[in-house]
Amino acid sequence: MDRLIEIVQQLVNGVSLGSIYALIALGYTMVYGVLRFINFAHGDIYMLGAYSGYLLAPFFSHFFKFGQFDTFTPQNTLFILSGAGLVMVFSMAICAVIGVLIERIAYRPLRQRPRLNVLITAIGVSLFLQNITQYRLGADPKAFPQLIPVHVVEGLGNLTILTSQLAIILATILLLIVLRLIVMRTKMGLAMRALSLNPTACSIMGVNNDVVISFTFALGSALAAAAGILVSMDSPSINPLMGNLPGIKAFVAAVLGGIGNIPGAALGGLIIGILETLVVAIGFPQWRDGIAFAVLIVILLFKPTGILGKVEREKV
Amino acid sequence: MGRNRVGLATTRRRRDEGCLGGESALQFIRENSLMLRRLLVVSAIFLASSCCVIGGVRIGAVTCLTGALSTFGVSSVQGAKLAVEDINGSGGLLGEPIELIVEDNGSKAGEAATIARKFISQDKVAAILGDLTSSATMEVAPLAQAAKIPLLTPSATNVAITRIGTYIFRSCFIDPFTGKVMARFALDHLHATRAILLTDVKQDYSVGVSDAIRSYLTENGGEIVASISYSSGDTDFRTQLTEVRGERPDVIFLPAYYTEAALILRQARQLGISTPFVGGEGWDSPALVQVAGKSADGNYYTNHFSAADPSERVKAFVEQYRAKYHATPDALAALWYDGARLLFFAVKRAGSADPEKIRNALASTRNFEGVTGSISIDENRNASKPGVILTIQNGETRMVQQVRP
Repeated sequence: MDRLIEIVQQLVNGVSLGSIYALIALGYTMVYGVLRFINFAHGDIYMLGAYSGYLLAPFFSHFFKFGQFDTFTPQNTLFILSGAGLVMVFSMAICAVIGVLIERIAYRPLRQRPRLNVLITAIGVSLFLQNITQYRLGADPKAFPQLIPVHVVEGLGNLTILTSQLAIILATILLLIVLRLIVMRTKMGLAMRALSLNPTACSIMGVNNDVVISFTFALGSALAAAAGILVSMDSPSINPLMGNLPGIKAFVAAVLGGIGNIPGAALGGLIIGILETLVVAIGFPQWRDGIAFAVLIVILLFKPTGILGKVEREKV
Repeated sequence: MGRNRVGLATTRRRRDEGCLGGESALQFIRENSLMLRRLLVVSAIFLASSCCVIGGVRIGAVTCLTGALSTFGVSSVQGAKLAVEDINGSGGLLGEPIELIVEDNGSKAGEAATIARKFISQDKVAAILGDLTSSATMEVAPLAQAAKIPLLTPSATNVAITRIGTYIFRSCFIDPFTGKVMARFALDHLHATRAILLTDVKQDYSVGVSDAIRSYLTENGGEIVASISYSSGDTDFRTQLTEVRGERPDVIFLPAYYTEAALILRQARQLGISTPFVGGEGWDSPALVQVAGKSADGNYYTNHFSAADPSERVKAFVEQYRAKYHATPDALAALWYDGARLLFFAVKRAGSADPEKIRNALASTRNFEGVTGSISIDENRNASKPGVILTIQNGETRMVQQVRP
């Protein structure tokens, strides 16, 4: 019985970690879908999301008084969640704008160039974002304000789930549903799917490809920002280089799920998160970062298109 | 319009792919000759400028100003710069002002070695101050030893560092001392016998202290019920802490750096672990209390220095530091202030910027009065000096006791 609870416990830890990777991986995969290029600055958008929340929280704190509650009660839950939700929505909006600007300034002028140029530019943008943040806001880790009270969820017996972990999992599910609706039910979503299939035909049909690409960047960046806020609620220490490793792992997650495939990215994120947790649980914490890359090697060797990816000639 | 552009893109791409590697080097040079020429001129100017600067004694300082350990690095440089000001204010060294060249290793593995090579081959420094952490100093020390440039680290505590060679010194105590003090404190003061050891396997410092704790504790009637490891850079320690909770220990040893220590303390309290943690000097950063919040209360750590120390020397230093930086000096600021001064006085006693003479002067340092205590360099080029034990209460650090070596 104890064994079973421990397995469930580790799975919950893995799913909450994996949710974060999934949210970041979606941005990689969507941008790849429409532009066929890897936006290596995406991990830093996640970092900027956390910093937006850090800078915005004091403004909202006048009304919501973050940190005033130590526990969730039926009376204050809605109030707390609306405060945290507002910070999150505004940070997502800020990062969406940043994402669109990055595409407009750094990537669009290079769109007709060899793909390698824009790939290297993406690495440059990543370094720029990391260093400008260190320069403007300082390199030392900052304590993220407590948007929601973090404590163990009552009534689960020996299973320890924190409110912050629950928030990550629930918010991720919500965001995935919203994303699904946008991609499958709106005209913009239709245009995104069309663009990923055939950009030329898409523009013949009267789609403004530039607008669709900007929208894709906005959507991906907003999801990364949400991931940044959610992670900071859970482990409230943020620094300008925090996007490096999660960014790369989320990239692996996107490749694992099949790059360009949206459900694949979510699935890949969860798998990487659970694998990482299991590796630590069985006593190899030094392999925590290695496992994602081991997975990458295996997947590239045996199924380069990923779990849910389709074989396309162009990718080979 | 749009169609044309996309059509162009596809043909263009195909042609480029065909060309990969096809562009000859000659063609590249011809097309970029202006740029290359400019590059040559610029690099010539750089070379000329780096050869021709004439100044006082050059000391290279390498530390971590950015990245995970940045609060340490910033404090350390502030301490060292205060020492430089002291000396330059009173006439400098050998009649000239000291030139302290500060470089940042970004808290990244490999960077410190690159910087050390620059110090040795390009800046031609007389001595190196640093690095801050044991792992980074391990990269720098072999290079300094090979070039016969004396190196003094004010804060790297791993035992193996000064064994690298006769040019490698330190002005702080070593990990076995920290580990012994931590273990003795847990046994005598907390009356704890069942202990858990949480080790950061990526940091030489953490591994070194852990070894010392284990050997002292087991020799003196304590027991390590579990040794659990994690890696710096992680942010989620619940997997390890779930195991800790199952063991029900009396004390948890956490020789970690503040970034991870803060998150571990926080997550431990969230999981309902109320056992006291005992840490080392790696905890000493305002970021620890900021991030851990109330979870930091009731824990203990050993340190090189306490700003609450009532001695006159410390009071004067704290005042001088506050006046300049509007902050209370932490241990790293004090250690680097002492380390830099110790090095400068060695240069003064050597009477020359010759690395060999500076080395000999460093080796003969006895009873150097610093703000972190009286420092004597022993025959293994280590410093023997006192330490303090601190506790955190309501976010404030208090001194529990001073420990003699």
